[in-house]
Amino acid sequence: MYSKKTAWLLLSPTLLILGVVGLVPFFYVLYIGFFTWNPLGVNHDMQFVSLGDNYRKLVFDKEFIASVWRSIIFAVTTLIFELTLGFFLALSLISSFPLKKFFRGVHTLPLVIAPIVVGSIFKLFTVQGFGPLPHFLNDWFGYDLNYGRSAVQAFWLIVIMDIWHWTPFVTLTLLAGLSALPQDPYESAKIDGANNIQIFFYITIPMMIPVLIVVIFIRLMDSLKIVDEVWMLTGGGPGYATRFTGIHIWKQVFENRFYGYSSAMSILYLYVTIVICWLLYSIMTGKQKTNDA
Amino acid sequence: MMRKYSYKIFVTLLWSFLTLITIIPIYWMVLVSTKKPVDLFGKPDLSPTFFENIYWKNYTRPFIDGVYSEYLFNSVIIATSNAVLVTILALMATYALSRFNLAAADNIFFWTMTNRMAPPVAFLLPLFLLFSTVFRIGDHSLFDTKIGLILLYCIFNLPFSIWLLKGIIDGIPKELDEAMVIDGANLFTIFYRLIIPLAAPGIAVTALLSFLFAWNEYLLASTLSSVYARTIPTGLSEFVTTTGTNWGMMAAVAVVSMLPALLFLVLVQKYIVAGLTFGAVKG
Repeated sequence: MYSKKTAWLLLSPTLLILGVVGLVPFFYVLYIGFFTWNPLGVNHDMQFVSLGDNYRKLVFDKEFIASVWRSIIFAVTTLIFELTLGFFLALSLISSFPLKKFFRGVHTLPLVIAPIVVGSIFKLFTVQGFGPLPHFLNDWFGYDLNYGRSAVQAFWLIVIMDIWHWTPFVTLTLLAGLSALPQDPYESAKIDGANNIQIFFYITIPMMIPVLIVVIFIRLMDSLKIVDEVWMLTGGGPGYATRFTGIHIWKQVFENRFYGYSSAMSILYLYVTIVICWLLYSIMTGKQKTNDA
Repeated sequence: MMRKYSYKIFVTLLWSFLTLITIIPIYWMVLVSTKKPVDLFGKPDLSPTFFENIYWKNYTRPFIDGVYSEYLFNSVIIATSNAVLVTILALMATYALSRFNLAAADNIFFWTMTNRMAPPVAFLLPLFLLFSTVFRIGDHSLFDTKIGLILLYCIFNLPFSIWLLKGIIDGIPKELDEAMVIDGANLFTIFYRLIIPLAAPGIAVTALLSFLFAWNEYLLASTLSSVYARTIPTGLSEFVTTTGTNWGMMAAVAVVSMLPALLFLVLVQKYIVAGLTFGAVKG
């Protein structure tokens, strides 16, 4: 009954499907990356260049490098805000107060809404002409919000949208972590006369590190690959203000049709996301080990 | 005592404020979907006027006169089939990984996980080329078909489902399986009589969340469909054009595509944390 053959038989459909839609495209994109292939260009056939030519070009491609930095800055900015806000909201949800369940339920709402719908919600809310946000900002504070013209406003609007969408994820995950913490260290600390700030920094944070790693890991991964919301809200503009790497690659593939070059871009982008998350993971787990020692 | 009360009041006020911030943009979208185009412009009116006169044309024009009923139908078919397929396959795979002491089990786990982590935009071009030219039998290619999207959505739903179900199936004692084997049960009976009944809540959550993720997906659907397999999210992006947007209709389509999420919220709320962190953090 527990033969290895049965196990592989049970696994085979999963492995087959993931191989076809995951592994095959990966090797295919790696392969195309070694070629020049511009279906709309003069030479519209696939032509082998060299193993590294596209990649060499990529390192000096200002637009691409800028888009990668933009994505990283975006990911780190949203992470800092979401983590700080989410942590304090999670702490506040530990104590009991009126209507807590209702508040938490509403807080979960953005998590289940599609990114593209979130983009539409913010577009309707901030659009010039009838959107309430630009109107009231102008009425009450004399602030002119027009993300179609201002690069800074467009970037921060996307940041705010991401905070609106994903802070609940951080809150609820950290809350789950906080509720599972053992109570003994807190009691000992209180007997020893520690104040709340000391308890927070010396007990809560160190004990929460495994959950924090999970949250940071998932949030960084997800915000580095953001496309849908940005596409809906600003389309990557104005200019290059919100053209994150995902959108940049999309434009290179389906607008300019640089198949070979954008494949190299995809591979490098994949590599960057993996390296960042691996770095973060090893730094945080390494730090935890020194704390334990 | 005084301090405790003021803290409670502070927290309640804070959360009321947050709730408003969450709800007002959504509320505004619902409000826009009930307004005539001419009534939109001017000073934004946030008062709830929509019970009095709803401009139904925002809904009927895309969904009854237009093609959006087809998009809606496609979305329902694709998301439901994907959820069913993913749940069955994940149940089988998880059982294999959990019970058979495979040497490669950890590696297979890690590999499925990388499929979920990779940015989908990196795979758009190869998928587009494979679907339109390579994966084809005669005149039939996977491009712009529902089957294509159903298979494709496994790329993020299968890893997630396996990770979610792993914790649940690991929690069912192996001794129960062994007792059934001694009684002469085959694999199918074990699934049918033991695993599925005991893991039923987890399976339901897996299926619901898979449905939701498939329903919400935009990027892959917009690239790999053109006419026959368009889903509601791709239809939503069609409203953003250079010549001007029909805001009321866009809001109406967005409201409709948000509905399943709202319905499921009540059902999955307890499990959403475990779902979104792949079971790394229990909700």
